[in-house]
Amino acid sequence: MIHDILIAPFAMGFMQRALAGCLALSLAGPPLGVFLVLRRMSLMSDVLQHGILPGVALGAVCFGLSVWAMGLGGIAAGLMVALLAGSLARATGGREDSQQAGVYLIALALGVAIVSAGRGIDLAHLLFGSVLAVDRTALLAMAGAATLTLPVLALIWRPLILESFDPGFAEAAGGRGGLWHLGFLALVVICVVSGFVALGTLMSVGLMMLPAIAARHFAGSLGGQVRASVLLAVLASVAGLLLSFHLDIPAGPAIVLSAGALWLAGVVTGPRESLLRVAVADGAALKTP
Amino acid sequence: MSLGYGGRDAVARLSGAFAPGSFTAVVGPNGAGKTTLLRALADLHPPSAGRIDRGALVRADIALLPQAARPDPRFPLTCRDVAAQGLFPRLGPFRAASAAQQAAIDAALMAVGLGGAGAEPVGALSAGQFQRLLFARLAVQDAPVLLLDEPFNAVDAPTVVVLLSLLAAWHREGRTIVAVLHDIDLVQRLFPETLVLAGAPVGWGPTAEVLTPANRRRAGLDAPDWSLLDGIASFAPARSRSAA
Repeated sequence: MIHDILIAPFAMGFMQRALAGCLALSLAGPPLGVFLVLRRMSLMSDVLQHGILPGVALGAVCFGLSVWAMGLGGIAAGLMVALLAGSLARATGGREDSQQAGVYLIALALGVAIVSAGRGIDLAHLLFGSVLAVDRTALLAMAGAATLTLPVLALIWRPLILESFDPGFAEAAGGRGGLWHLGFLALVVICVVSGFVALGTLMSVGLMMLPAIAARHFAGSLGGQVRASVLLAVLASVAGLLLSFHLDIPAGPAIVLSAGALWLAGVVTGPRESLLRVAVADGAALKTP
Repeated sequence: MSLGYGGRDAVARLSGAFAPGSFTAVVGPNGAGKTTLLRALADLHPPSAGRIDRGALVRADIALLPQAARPDPRFPLTCRDVAAQGLFPRLGPFRAASAAQQAAIDAALMAVGLGGAGAEPVGALSAGQFQRLLFARLAVQDAPVLLLDEPFNAVDAPTVVVLLSLLAAWHREGRTIVAVLHDIDLVQRLFPETLVLAGAPVGWGPTAEVLTPANRRRAGLDAPDWSLLDGIASFAPARSRSAA
């Protein structure tokens, strides 16, 4: 019984590929998400996931459903959205978040328009993913993203922390803040794009952000939060794929819902800064005097 | 040299030298170009005209403490992590700290009175303690030139005393210190040299010779004449509820 529910589904080839891919994404995405949270850029991930759609769609329309064409198109579009919003804000003195909203709304509409124009592309698959579509190429893309992300993150670890914590000091210390920022953004874009085959463009950010947001309820130090976020993402991937298999729902929403459940569990009962902890601390404070 | 900022001259035609080992206060009204001057000295803001000669000093030799911008208190770093950031200009992204440098971090935390707080998260610090931590990071930087922008803003008096004694010790070690300050009494009491800025330089030299009544008036450094308010506003104590 338990074997049927938890183990048997992963005996199938497509589930194995989906699991391997999601585990790779779980290693790469959430650590980036932790930094997005610390840099107060949580919503940047949202901007990117909408921003990559026109690139992915254009790749699909021009070259058929080739993972490479869609992936490279997505990466180009994501970087363009991120950089365009930033440079518009600097050039016109506007607020960066409003420029981001403007750019990503256009990108989303453009993406949907392109997909609809190119008949024969299933919009739902593009937006929400499909485990059945995870072939060898898609698996390679996901594993490749993880293989690239982890060493690069290790290389920029120290300056990235410095720049996230105190940009003024990083600048004065010769930290070349802009360079690290760009490298970091590129990693985020690559991770978001590499997940779209399995999770869909609208959902692949969920596996990156929800475990990262939940991490502070499980660990205090930066290293601890990164480890916790990876662990939570792995749990969410396994649970989500099983949900997707048994309930016959797309993998993207299933995995994101699992990650969301873990986050809510952390918010309510997590060992740090959770509602339960705060209530216990308040109770103790009431009793002491 | 001149320094442009936002299309106009923030500092116009300033010419002079900070002697090695000098201890200089920079005073002037808001918008006088004090912060821009420090940034230019730190090679973060190119002059619009003229040039700055730093001799043999490299980037890591000049430590800039920007004006109090309190980083996110939830950031998951310990006090020791932040003090250790002072090593970044010399170590860069990859090299590890030597045992001597590790000891310097502990000594710096001790010197600012945070000796026991190394493992505390930075979020647990008050504003005054946080400024102490930033001074510890400066000490770890071990730079021969220190540029401080309003280092005592929003800092309690005991902390100011601790930080000033650190500055005095660094001065005795022969470091060059330039500090932007608002407190004229403090400048007159402690700083041998003063640069008065008000867009253009008003005076630069020994503090007693520079902070003359005429210069202070020109730079708008004197306390405002509150008698101007007479007849404009009158503030009576609020009547208590029971009397009403």
